[in-house]
Amino acid sequence: MAEIQLKDLVKSYGPTEVLHHIEGDIKDGEFIVIVGPSGCGKSTLLRMVAGLESVTSGEIAIGGRRVNELEPSARDIAMVFQNYALYPHMSVRQNMAYGLKIRKLPKDEIDRRVEEAAEILEIKQYLDRKPRQLSGGQRQRVAMGRAIVRDPQVFLFDEPLSNLDAKLRVQMRLEIRKLQQRLGVTSIYVTHDQVEAMTLGDRLMVLNGGYVEQFGTPIELYDRPASVFVAGFIGSPSMNFLPVEISTGHATLPGGGLLPVASTHAGTATLGLRPEHLNQDENGPLAIEVDMLEQLGASTLIHGRLHGTGHSITASVPGHANDGIGSIRRFSAAPELTHLFDSVSGKRLAD
Amino acid sequence: MLKRVHFPASVLPYLLVAPQIVITLVFFIWPASQAMYQSFLIEDAFGLGTEFVWFENFQILATDHHYLASFQRTAVFSVLVAALSMGFALILAGFAQRVVRGAMFYRTMLIWPYAVAPVLAGALWVFMFNPTLGIFPYFLEFAGITWNHYLNGPQAMALVILAAAWKQVAYNFLFYLAAMQSIPNSVIEAAAIDGAGPARRFWTIIFPLISPTTFFLLVINMVYAFFETFGIIHAVTQGGPGTSTTILVYKVFNDGFVGLDLGGSAAQSVVLMVLVIAMTVVQFRFVERKVAY
Repeated sequence: MAEIQLKDLVKSYGPTEVLHHIEGDIKDGEFIVIVGPSGCGKSTLLRMVAGLESVTSGEIAIGGRRVNELEPSARDIAMVFQNYALYPHMSVRQNMAYGLKIRKLPKDEIDRRVEEAAEILEIKQYLDRKPRQLSGGQRQRVAMGRAIVRDPQVFLFDEPLSNLDAKLRVQMRLEIRKLQQRLGVTSIYVTHDQVEAMTLGDRLMVLNGGYVEQFGTPIELYDRPASVFVAGFIGSPSMNFLPVEISTGHATLPGGGLLPVASTHAGTATLGLRPEHLNQDENGPLAIEVDMLEQLGASTLIHGRLHGTGHSITASVPGHANDGIGSIRRFSAAPELTHLFDSVSGKRLAD
Repeated sequence: MLKRVHFPASVLPYLLVAPQIVITLVFFIWPASQAMYQSFLIEDAFGLGTEFVWFENFQILATDHHYLASFQRTAVFSVLVAALSMGFALILAGFAQRVVRGAMFYRTMLIWPYAVAPVLAGALWVFMFNPTLGIFPYFLEFAGITWNHYLNGPQAMALVILAAAWKQVAYNFLFYLAAMQSIPNSVIEAAAIDGAGPARRFWTIIFPLISPTTFFLLVINMVYAFFETFGIIHAVTQGGPGTSTTILVYKVFNDGFVGLDLGGSAAQSVVLMVLVIAMTVVQFRFVERKVAY
């Protein structure tokens, strides 16, 4: 079967290095999500695995075999593109059968596989239509179908859901996950959407500016983000950051309040607090001056500033709230749910 | 539905389109109607009197085996010119698209022949294939072929076809290149991942996707071969030897201005006019709709 190894992988365009020494071991059958902001190099990394971009240095191995020099067709992979990349002049059936015909599979075997994939993806009734006669979601399924009929060692997904509307995206997300679990094929999925990343991936690789910030399970990333970047990127609404002074298990907040933290560190640091980990507490050290409320129904987001300072801060409170603009709410936070980062490098400080 | 915007009536729009209308009237509609009128007249040999004869000129054409032979010749000529220039342009565009370094230089070079005037293009080929001085007859001699397009009809035909096709390659190349570049890269990449090699990708993905361009160019090239190759033929063979390269448009000139059969020549040009209108209709009615995606 197929595990994937990325060893000291570098990609340069001329003198510009865009991916810096990427390391990663992907186990057989694992669903890996590469996530990061636009331009972080995530698509480039995926295209290198696919063989559509050359490798500057380092090694990619699929199933223990070095594939750097292999053509995409020789790597036994299938890819789903962001714009689906269906062959517009072929019917759905021909689209799915194209790769199999090239492999010179017998006709009845091709038919069987196409029917089977169409069954799984519920697109049987569209087999004789052209891609232009299908909706976005159906095209997406055809693109998936084209990948699964090939029965490849690896699936590669390049932001496959970003052209769909929000509702369909959630639905297809679940289906992709179910399908992958059912087929057990090693998959790499690229997205910039952190919710998609959290819900799909067995493990997430967070890329930023061509560096791997962290590579771990969604819960690891949420509970113990390795850097300010990961902390801010994972979780919605995103984490609040405040510059603090640490001494004897307490963080001195910009406004002067004292918040207990679980750290023996001393000196300046960046304190990270998730909005959902702020508890309403009349005597809490965090005084938030309300600027704006966002009513989500089940909860309410309070956007404001730390009282007496310019530091913006967001808190999530359950249920409804109707605080006036400029009113003050006080919060506290449990020491084990606070995060401390080095104020210069942004790396997580040891607890 | 959106409400249509109404502008107050003014003479300005009429003034703005007037030059175009005047040009069309003076250089197209007027000569065309003159030709139409001429085609109903027969002039006596000394130009002293003309007679209105209705369709007699056309009746003569329909039974004139010289004219019918010229028709057949034109068909062969135009099909070969179109096939040759489009085929060659397709290959060039296919490769030009894969060129990474110096792509601009390569493309610019390929487009230049289009800027050469037809008569000059013809003159170029006349020099290269001159039976006594030309470089190609010299080489062909080694292969045991005696080249003399002044005496050999099929050779003369081959030469004008080559010259006419060469002239049109640049134009076809431009359209093919643009068509190929409009195919999304990811479709080609998907085919590569599906296991298709470059040749297979070309024939199963690229070629079908640029078929609308192929249809379009086919019509354009036929029209070109029918009407715009006069300069080349005039420079290279003057329709000869005998009548072996006298295609329809050359026959119009030859019969009218050399043979001074103005009525017959006008009738021929009316036939040509009908042909080009027919091709344009085909172009608009069928080709424009035949887009695969």
